[in-house]
Amino acid sequence: MPLPDKTCGMEDAVSRIFDGATVMIGGFGVPGTPFCLIRELVRQGTKNLTIVKNDANKPGMGVDWLLASGQVRKLVVSHIGLNANAVRMMNAREVEVEFVPQGLLAERIRAAGAGLLGVVSDIMIDTPAGAGRTQVEVAGKRGYLEPALTADFALIHAERADTFGNLCFAASARNFNPLMCMAARHTIAEAETIVPQGAIDPHAVHAPGPFVHDVVAMPELLEAYGVIRL
Amino acid sequence: MSSGSSERMLRRAAREVQAGMTVNLGIGLPTQILAYLPPDLEVCMHSENGIAGVGPIALNPDRNLIDAGGAYVSVMPGTAFFDSATSFAMVRGGRIDLTMLGAFEVSGTGDLASWIIPGKFTPGAGGAIELAQKARRVAVITTHVDKAGRPKIVEKCSLPLTAKGRVSRIFTDMAVCDVTPEGLRLVEIAEGLSVGEVRQATGTVLLVGDGPLATF
Repeated sequence: MPLPDKTCGMEDAVSRIFDGATVMIGGFGVPGTPFCLIRELVRQGTKNLTIVKNDANKPGMGVDWLLASGQVRKLVVSHIGLNANAVRMMNAREVEVEFVPQGLLAERIRAAGAGLLGVVSDIMIDTPAGAGRTQVEVAGKRGYLEPALTADFALIHAERADTFGNLCFAASARNFNPLMCMAARHTIAEAETIVPQGAIDPHAVHAPGPFVHDVVAMPELLEAYGVIRL
Repeated sequence: MSSGSSERMLRRAAREVQAGMTVNLGIGLPTQILAYLPPDLEVCMHSENGIAGVGPIALNPDRNLIDAGGAYVSVMPGTAFFDSATSFAMVRGGRIDLTMLGAFEVSGTGDLASWIIPGKFTPGAGGAIELAQKARRVAVITTHVDKAGRPKIVEKCSLPLTAKGRVSRIFTDMAVCDVTPEGLRLVEIAEGLSVGEVRQATGTVLLVGDGPLATF
């Protein structure tokens, strides 16, 4: 009894994403960013998207392609300091930006993936940055209720996948990817290499197959994935 | 700030890193202290994008291996990779012994403003809020005055805070200052400067002991 084969064509997988969807995108800077999936999303022109990502990449890369093509309604990010285009669009109110401290962004995504409604944290307690949050008391300590962050889709970049969707990430390319796999209702993972079931050591799986819906082969390793030469 | 005084500041700040610590260095000036750490110091560098035991800057960059500042780094014996939730579990859970951060403003009571200049610079905080609030010890590395010559050490921060009352020690090109219950105390002074010159460049009351001051 083999495990299901989830391999899917790039165009078909990305065509599931609908106008107005919330889309999580893995990556911290270049490592772990699914540039091929993003490029296909730009090609299909899906509109009015809410993008959840750690950062907005650099100008001319990744999330910036979606911003330039006017497909993004809102960004939920920890920072956009490396993308002057994103900062300009935010200041011109061409895109709405919600900042979430990086660890809370990760934990709210993880919470959604773990089937929790939210987490309680004392980050930003009693500071203006924490304003507007719901305060709760747990065991005599005050904290904020941080709601779980869900999404319709997650776009993931893996170094290796098997056809069931077990994923391995390279070095610092892991970052938000395994968390977003868990949190989205539908997870699309591109992989540099797709191997048969059994070819990945069970100990070496970083994101288990049940969290992944589509496994997509990358047509090419775009220049964007490479080392940035200054 | 001359390159000589910058180097002295970094060299002095590097001595804050003690054997056995797990340390997170902020982007910019703090990361530059790496060049001044003794090569045989047993210390674990943490990077919030998911690395403990960050190795030196890579001679042959790996496209998948950067630190939080985007520098291509390397692995070393004992390096671990993990996801962003685990990375910030280390931060919030108190596993970071020391973080060294940059500053726009830092107050005599240890308040830090480092992430937003409303209307001018609004990039988002990344992981700075959590590092400043939860690292066991928080030190700041900054020039003593800004480019316009205004003190960066102030009585009360005018910018939105990264964290309140969490800074223990401030390293600048002019001085090392400690935040104490009595107030901000000058503990070391850059060679060739007078206490008066440091006070002149400081925007809050600076306590000075009776004995001789160490220099750096």
